[in-house]
Amino acid sequence: MFLDFFLKLKDSKIPVSLNEFLTFLQALKFNFTQFDVNKFYYLARASLVKDEKLIDKFDIIFGEYFNSIERIDIDDVIKFLNIPQDWLKKLSSKNFSNEEIEKIKSLGSFEKLIETLKKRLLEQKKRHQGGNKWIGTSGTSPFGAYGYNPEGIRIGQHESRYRKAIKVWDKRIFKDFDETNELDNRGFQVALKRLRIWARTGIEDELDIESTIRETAKNGYLDIKTRKERENSIKILLFLDVGGSMDDYIELTERLFSAAQNVFKNLKYFYFHNCLYEGVWKNNKRRWEERFLTSDIFRTFGKEYKCIFVGDAQMSPYEILSPGGGNEHFNDEPGSVWLERAVEQWPSNLWINPTPKNEWEFSHSTSLIKEIFMNRMVPLTIQGIEEGTKILSKK
Amino acid sequence: MEFSGTKEYISTSDLTVAVNASIALEKPLLVKGEPGTGKTELAKQIATSLDLEIIEWSIKSTTKAQQGLYEYDAVSRLRDSQLGNTVKKVEKYIKKGKLWTSFETKNKSVLLIDEIDKADIEFPNDLLQELDKMEFHVYETGQLVKAKNRPIVIITSNNEKELPEAFLRRCFFHYIQFPELETLKKIVKVHFPEIKKSLLNSALQTFFEIRETPGLKKKPSTSEALDWIKLLLIEDLDPSDLKSNNKDLLPKLHGALIKNEQDIQLFEQLAFMSRNAR
Repeated sequence: MFLDFFLKLKDSKIPVSLNEFLTFLQALKFNFTQFDVNKFYYLARASLVKDEKLIDKFDIIFGEYFNSIERIDIDDVIKFLNIPQDWLKKLSSKNFSNEEIEKIKSLGSFEKLIETLKKRLLEQKKRHQGGNKWIGTSGTSPFGAYGYNPEGIRIGQHESRYRKAIKVWDKRIFKDFDETNELDNRGFQVALKRLRIWARTGIEDELDIESTIRETAKNGYLDIKTRKERENSIKILLFLDVGGSMDDYIELTERLFSAAQNVFKNLKYFYFHNCLYEGVWKNNKRRWEERFLTSDIFRTFGKEYKCIFVGDAQMSPYEILSPGGGNEHFNDEPGSVWLERAVEQWPSNLWINPTPKNEWEFSHSTSLIKEIFMNRMVPLTIQGIEEGTKILSKK
Repeated sequence: MEFSGTKEYISTSDLTVAVNASIALEKPLLVKGEPGTGKTELAKQIATSLDLEIIEWSIKSTTKAQQGLYEYDAVSRLRDSQLGNTVKKVEKYIKKGKLWTSFETKNKSVLLIDEIDKADIEFPNDLLQELDKMEFHVYETGQLVKAKNRPIVIITSNNEKELPEAFLRRCFFHYIQFPELETLKKIVKVHFPEIKKSLLNSALQTFFEIRETPGLKKKPSTSEALDWIKLLLIEDLDPSDLKSNNKDLLPKLHGALIKNEQDIQLFEQLAFMSRNAR
């Protein structure tokens, strides 16, 4: 039951285990979902998702999965209606109020109701030609109003859910840089490895051979010494430009991003468009719904972070210099103010520019940004990254 | 045994499902959410509504998992032996912890493990088996302690630390969202049934305006709203008193809502800006 759903969750990297899934199925046996799709959803959520950050992802998959039920062919539905009538009847006593049962009776028997519905369904098939449209219509038909079939209710609700999902989807004009992308980025990785600051953190579980030998020799008995594991403690804050003129460099940026994900444990990233303004986002699909205030980010990430901007720096100079110059929204403060604040907040900073270096001088905006970053701009090439790591390693 | 909110506690239907699932399957329920949205209160209300005893275990940064099971007082045993007392009975020196107590209650009980994220990062892992099987060994006596009635376990977390996967897998999870206006109205009415509608509406409107001010360090939440409305009722203020005047954007008695110097400064700045804009 719902095995596909489980596998879908797994595919989407929501960490569900088989145990949790079994718990969910077990919980379904207790009848507190009462064939109510909302409660069913809540139960699935409570037993399968353990992190509020993943709930949104879960919602999408839940919507998608139960949307596929919508695509069931009309003949299947009729077949379905033929088989479990007993089951439906049993359900009806649970789900109908007395009033509704009276109404059903006024239409004749339950069998008659189903008979009428079948006819109606077939009619609709003819009228709409498409098999999956009928649900919308039947929502306004008496059957929908009666809520006669839990399956029917479910279908109706999930259609609207799906429609909502499409909206979010539609807004997705910007391609998301996937963390899981594994292109050949070894070159970048090697270059980025320069940016390591080793520190020993965590619990002492590494055998320290040297001091074990020393202490054993000194004490005359085996004296095992342990130490903390060595870890890269550098903290990186990455701001990535997406959309517009950056589209040409998506692949290159993806490679850099994927490499950085591999090398740095403490990597935080945000997206912006063209120039830094008062808001940034983490997920391109939901860039309008989930905004992070740049001022909050200033407050959250301290001076110890090394800040890297990746962007082509090609835009109209107004987008940097004047309030309201942003090409997507009205910004109260000019982009230059936000960029200067960032440079001030994180003294160790760098702008990586994917456009060829020899083009920079022809673009007014590039020179402006280069000025704000006090010339700390490097091209997005392996040599450029190497140069950049040298800039960032300077104290 | 089914929970469906109480007179004093409005439970949304997603919360109700989560609580009932965890009661039915006897698995812990992990509750997260903004501070002041009633996480701790939930456990107390479950206990009241089902008429069960509640055992609270508040976690601090120094709390060890072992303390929830039992503590062995070796020092007093040593001292007793020095004084020539008989110390054969080890049990005398074993002090039961909260978890043990909850295992031994006559009826089912509600065990609240409050703010589990305060403890060391390994703390939840140390309780895995104990919460899963609801049994543990007392090494000093060789005794096996097994729950007579598996308690209903409610665990709260404020998200200060990430909890380990293995632990999460054994729980049901619920994130209490900040209530919407309508739910909040219901909650306020439950606590102050005699409140006037006009006051309630304008108070909550002001409250949501403050909450939605960008840049607040600590957003006021349900408990703050309740405290504030209580003060308003004690002072017997009129709805019209709440309308923020130009001088300051903050309503009267805002001390109950905003508890952070920087946030108050933020409002002062905003007030200053709005005056200048005039």
